[in-house]
Amino acid sequence: MLRYITVRLFHGAVVILLISILTFVIMRMMPGDPVYLLMGEGQVRITEEQIQAIRARWGLDKSYPEQYLIWVGNMATGNFGESIIRTGVPVREMIFEAIPVTAQLNLYSMILALLISTPMGIWAAVKRNSAVDYTSSVISVVGIATPNFWLSLMLIIIFSLLLRWLPPFGLRSWQGFILPVAVLAVEQLAIFTRVMRSSTIEALKQDYVRTATAKGLPRTTVILRHAVRNALLPLVTVIGFNIAFLLSGTIVIETVFALPGIGRLFTDAVFRLDYQVVQSLVVVLAVLVVVANLVTDLVYAFVDPRIRLSR
Amino acid sequence: MAVTTSSAPLTAPAAASKHRSEWQNAWRRFSANRVALVGLAMLTIIILMAVFAPVIAPYDPINDMDTAMRGCPPSSAHWFGCDHLGRDLLSRVIFGARIALIAGIGATIISVTIGVIVGALAGFLGGWTDAILSRIVDTLMSFPIIALLIVLAAVLGPSLVTTVVVIGVTVWSRYARVVRADVMSLRERDFIVAAYASGVRSWRIIWRHLVPNVMGPVIVLASLGIGSIIILEAALSFLGLGVRPPTPSWGAILADGRAYILRYPHISFFPGVMIVLTVLAFNFVGDGLRDALDPKE
Repeated sequence: MLRYITVRLFHGAVVILLISILTFVIMRMMPGDPVYLLMGEGQVRITEEQIQAIRARWGLDKSYPEQYLIWVGNMATGNFGESIIRTGVPVREMIFEAIPVTAQLNLYSMILALLISTPMGIWAAVKRNSAVDYTSSVISVVGIATPNFWLSLMLIIIFSLLLRWLPPFGLRSWQGFILPVAVLAVEQLAIFTRVMRSSTIEALKQDYVRTATAKGLPRTTVILRHAVRNALLPLVTVIGFNIAFLLSGTIVIETVFALPGIGRLFTDAVFRLDYQVVQSLVVVLAVLVVVANLVTDLVYAFVDPRIRLSR
Repeated sequence: MAVTTSSAPLTAPAAASKHRSEWQNAWRRFSANRVALVGLAMLTIIILMAVFAPVIAPYDPINDMDTAMRGCPPSSAHWFGCDHLGRDLLSRVIFGARIALIAGIGATIISVTIGVIVGALAGFLGGWTDAILSRIVDTLMSFPIIALLIVLAAVLGPSLVTTVVVIGVTVWSRYARVVRADVMSLRERDFIVAAYASGVRSWRIIWRHLVPNVMGPVIVLASLGIGSIIILEAALSFLGLGVRPPTPSWGAILADGRAYILRYPHISFFPGVMIVLTVLAFNFVGDGLRDALDPKE
């Protein structure tokens, strides 16, 4: 078990390292000189000495490997630098402001998706080829094929323009959460239901289920206590892998609904070439995903004795 | 249905059925799958629409701007209505099929090529090569791909070519993982060991013996992956980082739809429907291929 955790931690660290190198390289590929961009693309006239001073202040006069090491060192100590656009605002502050919005979006949508998909998947598995099974598979097939930003626009048209129940954009009240959470939930719902259905079908075929049935246990007990408990394992894995996918969705959805979360911060920073914010955010996202995957692995190991006991 | 299946053995000589190739068997299984056939039919229509777009489209998607018709609702002259500049939306949606297919298929070709090469090298060589390549694969698989795409597209400058390349170089990890696992299990098989013993060089073993044997699952994955790439392209164009206006891409039309949602809500409806239908078509065909090429159940 300890060895398993150590290997996972090591892999996670390698992933973060690779992402940070990749980001650094991509950001240096950016066309144009950051100082030139900073000075309003040459609109502000400055002397050669001033340019050199600015370069020195941002550490741009050093070699690329040096710049990389300084940046990583700063990140590791929690110094994410300052935003170039919102001058003087520490990037860390901007990220801390945005995290609660994104975290709530992800959490609510995941809970909503689980609350609907788990019973639906079980029901579809128990009553295979029934109307319930058919409906749930249509929902998941169409759900996977529907782009979340289009679904958002359609929901805005229906609930904000026609019915006038919910605000179309922004987060002035809690109602602003309803549409984005619903959109993100639909995406996950499609995947979770599919996984829950197939893993329950698989579990129902196992010997221990036949034994439980042969013992004369009621069908509900057999399904819920014996089959479903085991069928939940694959769902745990999918939830973990889903985090990266969910964050992808959040980036687009926050932009559509103009919500002040990590995703919106990210796209705004990209458009404004605020590369301090962009490169810090990419690494923060990588760390979030790695930690989420690690937690999933641990939960998985914890609930599955076959892994827990195999050292 | 029953009549056609029972009459087949009567007309065909018994000996011929024994020599049916694996591909013929796969096609028989595929064509017995009604959902897959529906998908294939939808796909054929969409491809024809893209190829013959200039013939089918009633107006020019870019230059026919009728300022008097700005944001006109659907009518007999403009079935899907007009956009905020007075361009015919039906024509733009028809031409959008070209962009979606070019992006979907182009990026898939790039990612399959990279994925197969990386997977085959990792699986065949093992050791450190495998360790490093596998970590890169893990990294790409566990990272929100949209974030990477946004940064790359912004850095390289948005265009159709950038979109295709950027998506291609970021989504290959699934192919690499599958190919690696298959190559590792094939590596120990007799025909590979025999090839080795008779002095065949490594790259030739990989290219002539290993790669053809792993293409089945790759084709299935690729056909299932095209749909999600089409969504990625649309997402990038929607964010303004993909295909540039005035080129009619479904994602870009949706971006117009979002900008004018309060005044002309009809703009965003049809491009989205087309995305859903196209992705469904590819997914149906992909599912059919999976069942046909890998008849385990």
